[in-house]
Amino acid sequence: MQWESWSAFWQMGGAAPYVWGSYGVTLALIVAELVLVIRRRKDTVNRLLRWRRALGKDVGGSQARMESVE
Amino acid sequence: MTTLTRAPVRSPEGLLRFAAPQQFYPLAGRLAPWFAWAAALLTVVGLYIGFFVAPTDFQQGEVYRVIFIHVPAAWMSMFIYLVMAFWAAVGLVMNTRLSFIMSQALAPTGAMFCFVALWTGAVWGKPTWGTYWVWDARLTSQLLLLFLYFGFIALTRAIEDPRRADRAGAIIALVGAVNVPIIYFSVQWWNTLHQGASVSLTRAPSMASTMLAGMLIMAIAAWMYAIAVALWRVRALILERERHTEWVGEVLAAEAQTQGRAR
Repeated sequence: MQWESWSAFWQMGGAAPYVWGSYGVTLALIVAELVLVIRRRKDTVNRLLRWRRALGKDVGGSQARMESVE
Repeated sequence: MTTLTRAPVRSPEGLLRFAAPQQFYPLAGRLAPWFAWAAALLTVVGLYIGFFVAPTDFQQGEVYRVIFIHVPAAWMSMFIYLVMAFWAAVGLVMNTRLSFIMSQALAPTGAMFCFVALWTGAVWGKPTWGTYWVWDARLTSQLLLLFLYFGFIALTRAIEDPRRADRAGAIIALVGAVNVPIIYFSVQWWNTLHQGASVSLTRAPSMASTMLAGMLIMAIAAWMYAIAVALWRVRALILERERHTEWVGEVLAAEAQTQGRAR
């Protein structure tokens, strides 16, 4: 164990703002990316469902025309 | 012309069949949680080693502990760009839709890691070098990498026609890839304030073995994270691109049913 106490750990030998500033921003970005990426798929599904309904297509897909995209 | 070979007589065997978006979509959904859990577990182990096992650095003190995210983030930012360039090249040569989608799914994660590398480097530089930023070759080329990521993302999203967007993005990815070896070797080629490589294949690493272990475990965690997030993101992109097809219709119908049940 490298630390005499938890408060010594949080102080990081006087480098606390730099160390925790680095880790804090990284954690925030990772959480933000995870939230965005999960929300993006849900948004895409909902948008495409609305789009298909607006086209009058059965969302069951049985009447959906097979279309070559390329 | 590649269009002549467009109609497949039968579906390809083995792993190649996952090159079809229809096959890859469910596979990505099944694999992503495993990579995410591996990333979480490795992060816990890596940070434990980094903060509780690795000793204080005799020159830098405790602030060196930033390297457990700085170095893996910098490696990933370069590596993801090379993978994007690889998929861009595959897409241009083989004319495969999924390749372009893969490189677009990776870009935001690469940009995130690139920003983390710059941010943690700046925050570490202040107490260590006495400055947040210098225009040396390593820092400048890494900043250029961030702009390449932003350029790629902006361009592929700004162009309406997906085929043109794919091609324009592929060109940025390929041309920009030249910058990656420049970043990597900048500390050898030029006299930079940034230190040379601490880890190399040809000589013993210049750090304590527990420091190295923590850093390498965090690097593997960063890999796992990048794979998980890219797989999740590629699913949304596939649905978007393939929205006219019958199989996406079926996926959407299934989603509508689950939503109905949840209400």
